[in-house]
Amino acid sequence: MSAGGYDYEEGLQSSIDGGISYDPSFVPDPVKSFVVHLYRHIREKNVYEIHQMYETSFHTLSDRMFKDTPWPSVEAVAQYVDNDHVFCLLYREMWYRHLYARLSPTLKQKIDSWDNYCSLFQVVLHGVVNMQLPNQWLWDMVDEFVYQFQSFCQYRAKMKSKTEQDIALLRQHDQAWNVYGVLNFLQALMEKSSIIQILQQEKEGLEQFTATDGYDYSGGSNVLKVLGYFSMVGLLRVHCLLGDYQTGLKCLLPIDISQQGVSTSVIGSHIATVYHYGFANLMLRRYVEAIREFNKILVYIYKTKQYHQKSPQYEQILKKNEQMYALLTICLSLCPQVNLVDENVNSQLREKYGEKMLRMQRSDDESFALYDELFSYACPKFITPSAPSYDEPLVNYNQDAYRLQLKLFLYEVKQQQQLSVVRTFLEVYSTISLEKLASYMEVDESTLRTILMTYKHKTHSVGADGKTISNADIDFYIDDDVIHVVEAKAPKLYGDYFLRQIVKLEAVIGDMDRVKLE
Amino acid sequence: MNSCIVVVPTDTVIAEPTNVTGSTSHHGIEVALEFKLVEHPTEPLKLRTGEEDSGGRKMGREAAGQSQMSYTVEQLVAVNPYNPDILPDLENYVNEQVSSQTYSLDANLCLLRLYQFEPERMSTQIVARILIKALMAMPAPDFSLCLFLIPERVQMDEQFKTLIVLSHYLETAKFRQFWDEAAKNRHILEVVPGFEQAIQEYAVHVLSLTYQKVPRSVVAEAINVEGVSLDKFIEQHVAKSGWVVEGKGEVSLPRNEFNHPELKRTSSAQSIPLDRITRIFPLLG
Repeated sequence: MSAGGYDYEEGLQSSIDGGISYDPSFVPDPVKSFVVHLYRHIREKNVYEIHQMYETSFHTLSDRMFKDTPWPSVEAVAQYVDNDHVFCLLYREMWYRHLYARLSPTLKQKIDSWDNYCSLFQVVLHGVVNMQLPNQWLWDMVDEFVYQFQSFCQYRAKMKSKTEQDIALLRQHDQAWNVYGVLNFLQALMEKSSIIQILQQEKEGLEQFTATDGYDYSGGSNVLKVLGYFSMVGLLRVHCLLGDYQTGLKCLLPIDISQQGVSTSVIGSHIATVYHYGFANLMLRRYVEAIREFNKILVYIYKTKQYHQKSPQYEQILKKNEQMYALLTICLSLCPQVNLVDENVNSQLREKYGEKMLRMQRSDDESFALYDELFSYACPKFITPSAPSYDEPLVNYNQDAYRLQLKLFLYEVKQQQQLSVVRTFLEVYSTISLEKLASYMEVDESTLRTILMTYKHKTHSVGADGKTISNADIDFYIDDDVIHVVEAKAPKLYGDYFLRQIVKLEAVIGDMDRVKLE
Repeated sequence: MNSCIVVVPTDTVIAEPTNVTGSTSHHGIEVALEFKLVEHPTEPLKLRTGEEDSGGRKMGREAAGQSQMSYTVEQLVAVNPYNPDILPDLENYVNEQVSSQTYSLDANLCLLRLYQFEPERMSTQIVARILIKALMAMPAPDFSLCLFLIPERVQMDEQFKTLIVLSHYLETAKFRQFWDEAAKNRHILEVVPGFEQAIQEYAVHVLSLTYQKVPRSVVAEAINVEGVSLDKFIEQHVAKSGWVVEGKGEVSLPRNEFNHPELKRTSSAQSIPLDRITRIFPLLG
């Protein structure tokens, strides 16, 4: 672990353009003041102030003074904070996060960041860490941890441009961002915090966790508990990156996403949870479930995004918003249940993808291209978790994982190709003989039977409990040689509509009463 | 007074390389195992109360007299899944699933993940068995779930290509083609006992979703049984599953909510929650 400031300088020369001078040991006054105050607030457990400094001051200072350079080195600021070991770990974590966000970390820095996370998590896991940190910060730690892991795997898989030096370093530090390490840390946090038992006991009224947003009002610390909680989301995310959707969803099970909870207290965590939950359900062919959750979060973002305009997460929120609209488009094209979608979301959807959706419903080459496009835009950045064999010729294989997931997804789409054709006929007829439909579809009867059975199979997925669930908006059964169509239309929500109109009318009448005619 | 953030007093010096051995990175497994609340079990542990596997597997759940080993493996997967040391246990477990006609998706996914982490340890034979078992779990999407974890170049292997084709036929209800292809590849499939029955069960499932009355010939094609054996098969289902043999060579399948959609419970979205009605109370007075 680089202890001196010189390593940073060395590493940075290559990543700073224009020869901006960076002296890691120089601490400008605002930074001095920042760390002194932050340190004091953490010691005094003033969560609100910590949050302000973390969310706002840090970014303001970054924008003003550290647009293109890192913050001063931890060694330089340590003297202002009693050389507090834990504070230095926290500061370093923020330091690396800033580096990743604004600059390009070198390989050495990536490895050092891993070391820092190890130290930080070990302290938390070991001890009696006596501080309360804002949930935003704790979420960011887990989020960034997984992000840096993902980024490192992508980086490592691009072998073509690696120098001898890089390869030597990678070989030497083969434990850095090792997939076992990452997963085991997340699991350790989850287990050591006993978060699953806490959530269980909360249901039985024996614990307070969600009610206090995870904060401890009896003098203790929220850090391990909340990190343990967010680690479940972290595990879901890592499993999605690996392509293991089933296990990912299992990791998330203790969290009830239909309820408000700690995961919804931080918007970044709320979005990340639903995004990955929805994506996993999409790959598991549980389209209705995916549509429901995407719809809910998109409604939420629609209503609340104005309040986050100034926040540093705003861009991420917008990006995930767009990706989820793309995923929702895919789900609705495979499982047209538009009745599950809120009208605001629906109108946004039409605006962004209305035309594409129509084309995706056709079963031709163009529709595949569109599925490909949307999937590629919206999917997670899949990774190859294993280290490369450094002895083999240097090739880039960072796209392999993504290509596999895409290929398997499109394969599934292809298998469902005929379904939209069947649906158009079912929409028009209440009964139709197999013979007739076969002639319309220009296939023989035996082929038609297999197509109809495929329709049934694909629209009835197996739920988490092993039971069959119907996703079909239009259903049918075959009796003798006749297909009987049954529409499973959800009843229009007349009640809601009438209520809204009644209130509106009253408002209009009220306005009119107030108008004085001259 | 200078209260530290950490109650346990620590060094006041900035963190030096923390590892005495001089290695600068942390071995994630060692670290994490240090904090595992449960030791790597060497003997069977007590069942967690209320713990249930994902239900409804056609292969049959762990029976009352289940073996010691499968019990321990399930615990391993639940408690310590990200551990390369359990790979041999998981491989043995696959073989046990094959021989005892049981099935565990979670354990198999765990193994496929470990193969992903350490590709040089992968056994194609074991992977093939996992895939066949997954096929037998249809209509569950287990086969796809396994494929997501198997690298593309491995999927190029002949026997995997065959299995993928078989899966495709089953997914698209092309039963005749499936049974033809399966016959040609008996040598791959016969290592797993119970394969034929499992697929037949899937075929019956799809038929039950689709038909109220189905011609005998369609049943025959779906389950790959003809003549006297077919009669016997139908008889068995008449006895235990509520099938009815109609005249004209047809079979009536039992009523369920999928082939009799009118049986589906109507959605309760008709009702409006009270708090929404309260909005108009002031207007009603």
